[in-house]
Amino acid sequence: MKTGTLILSVAAQMLVPLQILFSLFLLLRGHDEPGGGFIAGLVVAGAFAMHQFVNGPEATRRLLRVDPRDCIGFGLLLGVGSAFPAWWQGEAFLTAQWWEVPMLGLKLSTPLIFDIGVYLVVLGSVLTAVITLTEVDKDEA
Amino acid sequence: MQIAVLSGFVLAILVPLISRWCGSRTGLILALYPAAIAFWLVSLMPEVLQSGGIYFEQAWAPSLGLSLSFWLDGLSLLFGLLISGIGTLIIIYASGYLHGHPQLARFYVLILSFMSSMLGVVMADGLMTLFVFWELTSITSYMLIGFNHEDAAARKSALQGLLVTFTGGLALMSGLIMLNVAGGSWSLQTLLNDGDALREHALYLPMLLCLLGGAFTKSAQFPFHFWLPNAMAAPTPVSAYLHSATMVKAGIYLMARLQPGLGGTETWMTILCIVGAITMVVGAFLAIRFSGIKKVLAYSTVMALGTLTMLLGIGGEAAMIAFVTFLAAHSLYKGALFMVAGALDHETGTKDIDEMGGLRRAMPVTALCAFVAAMSLGGVIPLFGFVAKELMFEAVLDAPRYTGFLIGMSLLASVLVVAAAGIVALRPFFGALKATPKDPHEAPLSMLAGPCVLAGLSLVLGFMPWLAGDGLLNAAASAVMGTEVATDLYLWHGINTALMMSMFSLCVGLLVCWRWSGVRGAIHRFSPILDRGPEAVYWKLMDLLVRVAEWQTRLLQSGYMRNYLILTLLTFVGLTGYTLLVRHGPVFDLELDVRLQEVVVAFVTAASAIMACMMRSRLAAVATAGVMGFGIALIFLLFSAPDLAITQLLIETLTVILLILVLFRMPRFSSFSTPMERVRDMFVAVSTGVLMTLLILTVLGQDLFTSISEYMIENSEPLGHGHNIVNVILVDFRALDTLGEIFVLSLAAIGVLAMLRLQAKEKKAS
Repeated sequence: MKTGTLILSVAAQMLVPLQILFSLFLLLRGHDEPGGGFIAGLVVAGAFAMHQFVNGPEATRRLLRVDPRDCIGFGLLLGVGSAFPAWWQGEAFLTAQWWEVPMLGLKLSTPLIFDIGVYLVVLGSVLTAVITLTEVDKDEA
Repeated sequence: MQIAVLSGFVLAILVPLISRWCGSRTGLILALYPAAIAFWLVSLMPEVLQSGGIYFEQAWAPSLGLSLSFWLDGLSLLFGLLISGIGTLIIIYASGYLHGHPQLARFYVLILSFMSSMLGVVMADGLMTLFVFWELTSITSYMLIGFNHEDAAARKSALQGLLVTFTGGLALMSGLIMLNVAGGSWSLQTLLNDGDALREHALYLPMLLCLLGGAFTKSAQFPFHFWLPNAMAAPTPVSAYLHSATMVKAGIYLMARLQPGLGGTETWMTILCIVGAITMVVGAFLAIRFSGIKKVLAYSTVMALGTLTMLLGIGGEAAMIAFVTFLAAHSLYKGALFMVAGALDHETGTKDIDEMGGLRRAMPVTALCAFVAAMSLGGVIPLFGFVAKELMFEAVLDAPRYTGFLIGMSLLASVLVVAAAGIVALRPFFGALKATPKDPHEAPLSMLAGPCVLAGLSLVLGFMPWLAGDGLLNAAASAVMGTEVATDLYLWHGINTALMMSMFSLCVGLLVCWRWSGVRGAIHRFSPILDRGPEAVYWKLMDLLVRVAEWQTRLLQSGYMRNYLILTLLTFVGLTGYTLLVRHGPVFDLELDVRLQEVVVAFVTAASAIMACMMRSRLAAVATAGVMGFGIALIFLLFSAPDLAITQLLIETLTVILLILVLFRMPRFSSFSTPMERVRDMFVAVSTGVLMTLLILTVLGQDLFTSISEYMIENSEPLGHGHNIVNVILVDFRALDTLGEIFVLSLAAIGVLAMLRLQAKEKKAS
């Protein structure tokens, strides 16, 4: 897919980093305010999809550095992995665990890890579909 | 205990790293894991012997009454020791046998996962824990048998093993569920303590048949025995491990485990005795039919598995002690023999006994190990196998039922097994030296350690059977029996009937071995009949499966989206509509309490939906459908569900992106359907819409269930530490559901990938 629109490419240059940041913001605040892994994953997938429209799939792959399929795998691993900490506490699987980080006043938790897993899976799945569609198009052309 | 079992999986994950760092020493390092397990089990032995067992439980899904629970008693201990002990030797052996194999790391990953699964099976207490580990052994053994995946025969055999054991796995699952229904518990320990209730339950027969179906397929009992010899396509360390000591014994373990709960009835005795005896003879008979050394060993394993089943069927103290002794003896000598077979194959380049001869000079240590192990297999005094065989004959002589039949069968089987032992141990090493594809020389130390230790143990335990007997074997027999068993094991029982039977089988067996070519020629004439065995039925079934699959795919999978949609929607309308009308009737009160903005948004949404159907350009259709989506998002926002609204907006955006990508691939937009089809489509669409409307009105009108929103709202902050209730539900309260959903999402992405890539490849190829 090629695009020649100046407006889109300029807008993308500014929007993509903003959108990625925004997605992280949505991800982290998700537990208390509207947001969360699923929504944030969609936002960031949108950002990369836009990047791909402007710069082509190779550029997006380079920007992403990892294969989107690996994102899926890693996300699933985090999702499943977050089930285990409860185990050390002798509780049922997937029982949420909370840890306070001293000094920073941050709250770390297994739901957060789980949410990051969801985020990565959504990102990976959407991008796998989008990038593959474009690449197959290109191969045929 | 859970750490011991599960750490194998963690170690398996780390194998690629370890093998990168340690190179060829990886095998020795990994062998430390099973060795540690073995030591740990030995250290627990006094406690287990004293208290009768150690229990461990970890809540899994308490709301379903499921837990991850383990139970270590005498039987588990015996199996655990065999698995970890032989496992240690196998890993060391494999590091020699597969030395320099490009995928050695993959082998270690699989064998460690398999080992852990196997330990899980024999220590599981929860029925579901047992089932999960059971299936894990099937999966990992599938990958191990098909380790040489570039070889079509290996793939075929692996799939055969998988299908047979998975079919059995399904039966096992039904059996376990029935066990739970009948006994009212998920814990084996609780269930087995109340055996009478199980035996008198109405579900006893179906439950027993299902459980035995699982055990028989796993343990290659007649008529499912054919997969085991075929599984010899695996590398020899795999055969030595899976098909001597572990995987195939899982079924035996299951039957032994269930014996106190389900055993002792007429049905149990009949099925186990008959099937076991037939398997025993069939296995022994087929063993001398082939000249591939691994095939001979595989069929003699089938014979041993049949013997074990038969002993379980006979029941009683003598049979139980014979069972555990035979089990231990068999694991020792069969492991050794398989490793010897691997060494022969590795050093001479052939697996065919006919091509080997006179190797005793070139491979003296291997020859000695083979000789000792084979004597144990044949039941020659003073090996451990002799002790086991004496006990087996004594148990058979005392059998309460079918005594004559069992005596005849076991005598016949042991004659044939002596012959098989002679074939394996004498033929390759004695006689004139024959030219083999490779110049034969002694195997490396790593490959000799295993057979030497196992053959040595067979010898030591033969002279001093009480070493194993007093503690371990008696405890294991007690666990199978359900009551305390204390029998002293001796090498010499005096001159009695059992000894006579032993001597008779030895003499006739050696005669058969001597005249092997003649015997094989005679058997060969019956090949056409023998080839029509159960395996032929298996292939017929496979053909049938493919044909039925083809037929139903043609019938159901038209490949047209519209047909799928119509079918799905009409089914939904039909079933739900019927339930709605019959159960509730269209009762609802229409309260028009709406605000102006809601009406406007609803109108826009509905209008754009109608517009989307009437558009003449595809892009416009996509755009109007998008408007409809945004309208829905607005409605969510109006009813203060910001998370839903955001999600809806984002999904709409992504849908547009995806649609635009797909649009280029579609044929030109034009009218494909006839007016009649349009009327049909309209009917489907309208009826679905009407039904949904009715459904929602009904749900709103009646309070069918107490709402759970209150609970969620109240507990979101105290239990989930979050103010955003939707998110707390997603990642905490209902995290298991979300976990399932992200797996579905991943599968969908992989599906898209596979579909697109495959199509692109096909196009390129054509």
